Amino acid sequence: MSEENTSVVIVGAGHAGGTAAALLRQYGHAGPITLIGEEPIAPYQRPPLSKAWLKGEADADSLALKPQEFYAETGIDLVLGVRVEAIHAAEHTISLSNGRTLPYGVLIIATGARARALPIPGAGLKGVLSLRSAADAEELKAALTPGKRLAVIGGGYIGLEAAASARALGAEAVVIEREPRILARVACEILSTFFTDYHRARGVAFELDAIVEALEGESGRVTGVRLTGGRVLPCDVALVGIGAPPNDEIASAAGLNCQGGIVVDTHARTSDPDIFAIGDVSHRPLAHYHRTFRLESVANALEQARQAAAAITGRPPPPQEVTWNWSDQYDVKYQFAGIPFDVDEILLRGDPAGGKFAVFHLAGDLIQAVEAVNAPAEFMAGRQLIAQRRPISRSRLADTAVSMKEVAA
Amino acid sequence: MPKITYIEHNGSEHVIDVKNGLSVMEGAVKNNIPGIDADCGGACACATCHVYVDAAWADKVGAKSAMEESMLDFAENVEATSRLSCQIKVTEQLDGLIVRMPESQH
Repeated sequence: MSEENTSVVIVGAGHAGGTAAALLRQYGHAGPITLIGEEPIAPYQRPPLSKAWLKGEADADSLALKPQEFYAETGIDLVLGVRVEAIHAAEHTISLSNGRTLPYGVLIIATGARARALPIPGAGLKGVLSLRSAADAEELKAALTPGKRLAVIGGGYIGLEAAASARALGAEAVVIEREPRILARVACEILSTFFTDYHRARGVAFELDAIVEALEGESGRVTGVRLTGGRVLPCDVALVGIGAPPNDEIASAAGLNCQGGIVVDTHARTSDPDIFAIGDVSHRPLAHYHRTFRLESVANALEQARQAAAAITGRPPPPQEVTWNWSDQYDVKYQFAGIPFDVDEILLRGDPAGGKFAVFHLAGDLIQAVEAVNAPAEFMAGRQLIAQRRPISRSRLADTAVSMKEVAA
Repeated sequence: MPKITYIEHNGSEHVIDVKNGLSVMEGAVKNNIPGIDADCGGACACATCHVYVDAAWADKVGAKSAMEESMLDFAENVEATSRLSCQIKVTEQLDGLIVRMPESQH
């Protein structure tokens, strides 16, 4: 496996794939590396697409993971605008959409996830967008001029960040959510309430418990979102952010073990020892919880890129990380770590009304997850305490007079 | 273009021309310099771009924000000259800056 000259082919040139290629070179891999991407541009960071980039605070250069010349200089064959159609694991080859067949020694699947489509009438109208790629973001940014009306379908992070950016650009925004609260799948109720209030105070409208029945249009362009009951919310552009299923079809067709994502071990290796899977497409072990899960985050993509690159180059595996992520909305820095499995108490530290607080999810005296709003110490200490599986005192954790340094001591 | 010297924990030196306006972190990451991970891409959300600023430059790189200070409080092996390199913007005044990387960012 650690043959120095083995040829590594990476399918998917996103954050995970691009990072794996660069790390393989950094770790001394001398053999050929081919990085194949469906999008027409070199690997770039996606998180800013709904944040700084959308607001015009970051340019294309700053989004790029590496400068254009990096790939040629380091001997990484970057093949763009090409899709991988099939993996032939027994032959160690892949078939490409341009008709070519490519051999591999080691394959890394980093095909990510795709925006879930809305299965309702009108979803194909112009102006109905999703937000996964730079091209999506370009289209959304062009539509968000002052006075334009954005309808966000789905009150998740992407939708909320886009709504915040829309307000910063002078556009109107309404967020439509099927559940009684936003962020229902990914955050606790305290956070949902905080962000709902924060957005409302900045002019964002909410339609909760609302089911979208159809998108209405004129001359092929979206003009409104129709809810069950018949009410129509007029809009100039609609952003659909209702989740992202994994692009694991080629892996599944090749016989790799898939269970809502490609199943991998702690080295990011699939059920085929010569095939790795990293990033949003993988279903991975979570060491600190003795469980497996599919994560969708940059931190996960980078951790697994490190795992795969280490395994391929014969390095010791990197430490197991606690999953974490962040979201920027207006001036709020929201950071969260861990996953609230088996939680018996939700403990609030600080005061949401003051705009600085953290919510700890506890199982007995162990922290399982932390959600921190403008509270970096709580986030950092919480993440470390989750990793260490170290018992804490609930009363000290709840007391802001006791610093997080002292709680963690 | 300002030159910045990045010194890995094992002593390997990399002298890089970094464009004005980029961060010290971006200068390293875009040039594939080992030792700075920068998982969040510069949002001051992760503390994986920790560096030690050479003592002679400590005053010239500006002050830490409260956010950066809190994040650094919980990073590994923090010293008085520790900074998050995503929070240091490169200017002509930083031509010659030297930063050292910690053993690990995780």
